[in-house]
Amino acid sequence: MTTIKKLLKNKPLIVLLAASVVVAIINPRFLTWGNILTVLRQTSINAVIATGMTFAILIGGIDLSVGSVLGFCGAIAAAMISSGINVFVVVITALMLGTFIGFLNGTLITAGRLQPFIATLGTVTLLRGLILVFTKGRPISTGSTGASEAFGKIGTGFIGPIPIPVYIMIVVFILAYYILNHTRIGRYIYATGSNEEATIYSGIKTSRVKLFVYSVSGMTAALAGILITARLGSAQPTAGAGYELDAIAAVVLGGTSMAGGVGTIAGTAIGALIIGILNNALNLMKVPSYYQDVAKGIVILAAVLLDRKQKLSR
Amino acid sequence: MKDIAVSMKHITKNFSGINVLKDVSFNIYKGRVMALVGENGAGKSTLMKILTGVYLKTDGEIYLDGSEVSFNDTHSSQEAGIAIIHQELNLVKDLSIGENIFLGREPVSGRGRIMWKRLYENSEYWLKKLGLNENPRELVRNLSVGKQQLVEIAKALSIDAKVIIMDEPTGALTPAETQKLFNVINDLKREGKSIVYISHRLQEIFEICDDVTVLRDGELIGEKSVSETDEDKVIEMMVGRKLSEQYPRIETAIGQDVFRVESLSNEFVKDISFSLRQSETLGVAGLMGSSRTELMRTLYGIYPYKGDIFLNGTKIKILSPMDALNFGIAYVSEDRKTNGIITDMSVRDNITMSSLKKFTSALGLINKNKEQASANNYIETMSIKTAGTYQLLKYLSGGNQQKVSIAKNLNTSPKILILDEPTRGVDVGARKDIYDLINKFKKEGMCIIVVSSDIPEVLGICDRIMVMHEGKISGFLQQKDATQEAIMTLAVGKDVYNDDH
Ligand SMILES: Nc1ncnc2c1ncn2[C@@H]1O[C@H](COP(=O)(O)OP(=O)(O)OP(=O)(O)O)[C@@H](O)[C@H]1O
Ligand SMILES: [Mg+2]
Repeated sequence: MTTIKKLLKNKPLIVLLAASVVVAIINPRFLTWGNILTVLRQTSINAVIATGMTFAILIGGIDLSVGSVLGFCGAIAAAMISSGINVFVVVITALMLGTFIGFLNGTLITAGRLQPFIATLGTVTLLRGLILVFTKGRPISTGSTGASEAFGKIGTGFIGPIPIPVYIMIVVFILAYYILNHTRIGRYIYATGSNEEATIYSGIKTSRVKLFVYSVSGMTAALAGILITARLGSAQPTAGAGYELDAIAAVVLGGTSMAGGVGTIAGTAIGALIIGILNNALNLMKVPSYYQDVAKGIVILAAVLLDRKQKLSR
Repeated sequence: MKDIAVSMKHITKNFSGINVLKDVSFNIYKGRVMALVGENGAGKSTLMKILTGVYLKTDGEIYLDGSEVSFNDTHSSQEAGIAIIHQELNLVKDLSIGENIFLGREPVSGRGRIMWKRLYENSEYWLKKLGLNENPRELVRNLSVGKQQLVEIAKALSIDAKVIIMDEPTGALTPAETQKLFNVINDLKREGKSIVYISHRLQEIFEICDDVTVLRDGELIGEKSVSETDEDKVIEMMVGRKLSEQYPRIETAIGQDVFRVESLSNEFVKDISFSLRQSETLGVAGLMGSSRTELMRTLYGIYPYKGDIFLNGTKIKILSPMDALNFGIAYVSEDRKTNGIITDMSVRDNITMSSLKKFTSALGLINKNKEQASANNYIETMSIKTAGTYQLLKYLSGGNQQKVSIAKNLNTSPKILILDEPTRGVDVGARKDIYDLINKFKKEGMCIIVVSSDIPEVLGICDRIMVMHEGKISGFLQQKDATQEAIMTLAVGKDVYNDDH
């Protein structure tokens, strides 16, 4: 009884279920096994980015640089793979690079005392420039070496019936859930987002918490960059442009407060799925792509407004 | 015959199934001051929030001047002439004093422009009346808690309401400020206005109030004329039993010097030297603006300083609260909402916030069972009234939040415990519990510093009293020689150094 009540209070979940039912009625193909796997695979990229974004938003910050980190780390990975470097080395390097960029964002925000919005916006411009310099504006193919074949598996492979990116997404969710709910740093993330001053008074160095959070966000963005590059077999210079917006939308749809301190990973997972289903449905219904964005925007605004209404009423 | 201004009848309030007020009836009379008293969590603030439309009642009726009313928000209760000074400060810290006083009611010209001059002049009038010598253009952030409290009061007074509710208005005020407020209350009475006065300081009730209503556990215990009752009777109504001696100070053998501060100075304090001995309770008294809180925060690593601090004879440098806690120095803040507790987190999370390391494995995983046990332990030993360890702190009454704030610091097992206004907003019974705790720690050898504006409290529980005046130490008094007058003389800066030890 109480669990049902709790579930009914979970607005994001209701929206997710309602959206699924509506889409399934309009187009029965939606509920086919193949299509469900497609939705999950397509969701995985945004879901991974949104996980890092959840951390950033939970401490009351934001990370606008995720799309460009994705693009940059993807390009570096593609170049390394095409020159035949071992996949394992490439993946670790790309992840470390993303983490390092995130750490720099964190440093600008803590030591440099910049607003997260401004600091990460600056990083976007910088990285987009570097990507163009590095790729000379052309896609970088991963080539056809042994390494590239193995690398491609990360994006296109299956284990059993399920695509590998879906496993990765699930592992990322579980890790993030663990960090947020069962570790000290996770508790400190919520505390910093709720009341930074009181957190400092509790003997916690909130600047370290922030460095950790932006590093995580950089790392998940790099992971998404690996997934996308592996799937396409090449790194596009414009890869990831605008992805930060889908990630933020997923986090907010999942009920995380932009003011910080309140939110869950489960919410973000649901939020990412809602966006994934929406994209899928619009494709299934053959809505022209320009109209897809309009429709998506309207649905996101409606969902967030609904949630807000609920919270304001006593 | 007393004229009824407001009458609340059979008020019931449930918060998500929990019954907080049960069939409570409450009257406010014209031209009189009604005291509303009860233990922490008795439902005083909730009752007043229902009257002013902050919360919706579950059941019952409210009559204003004889006709039934129902307010859905504070705006409509204000329109009807009811103003409230909330227990928790609700000021916008980055706006000026004047902007805060007139927030949402800014005087505007015919063309829609804010008339700043009028706004600041009016603000100045109310500040003067309350004896607050501050420029109304000053940002609220730069004011001490006590002064912020006065701004809250000015804000409520400026509404020119018929009924003014004061929920623990004097918690952060010094005796002089309290006296000014009482003068204002007497003026208001003379103008025929009605006042509700909530306080845990019962002496105040007998000084300023005409009637008293007592709540216990959400139930009405009774209404009495102040003239026909006394403090002991009121306490008995509040707690349901007689209380033994209010200040249970114990003598312990005071040991070696543990903590020593030498010529400490910074932007707030000047040339501070004192030492603390094992098992000693040092009271710190002074007027508002004497920088007592700033000194304590300096010792806690919030502000940088010049000078030396020694712990057990070794020189230490305290650069952050993390350092302070590592050295065994804990600080219970006077401003709990801003930096004492995290209101959006649970009772459990707050109680373990400063000591989470203790509950974490080598891998960084929190042992939730252990954490839960610790939280339950404090809830029990400190009688914290809460629906459970999972309850968010914002749903606890003010006094219970204060207990959580103390518990959080105790959990770090400090050697030196700094308590900044520890009993502010804490009811008589719980206050005694806190004194008993202080005594227990004292016996265990802990050094305790108690900063308090409540002079009887300082006199009652401390071994030695340090008095400050404008950022400097103006003298020390041993418990046996200390009197209210001696403290006040030093506090206003009439005397210089007496003696240490
Ligand atoms: N929004 C809320 N949700 C749930 N419970 C609440 C809420 N507000 C108050 N309570 C509970 O209602 C009870 C009464 O609280 P209230 O704040 O009215 O007490 P109080 O008499 O003002 O106490 P104090 O002297 O400590 O300020 C408490 O047990 C508190 O935990
Ligand atoms: Mg209260």
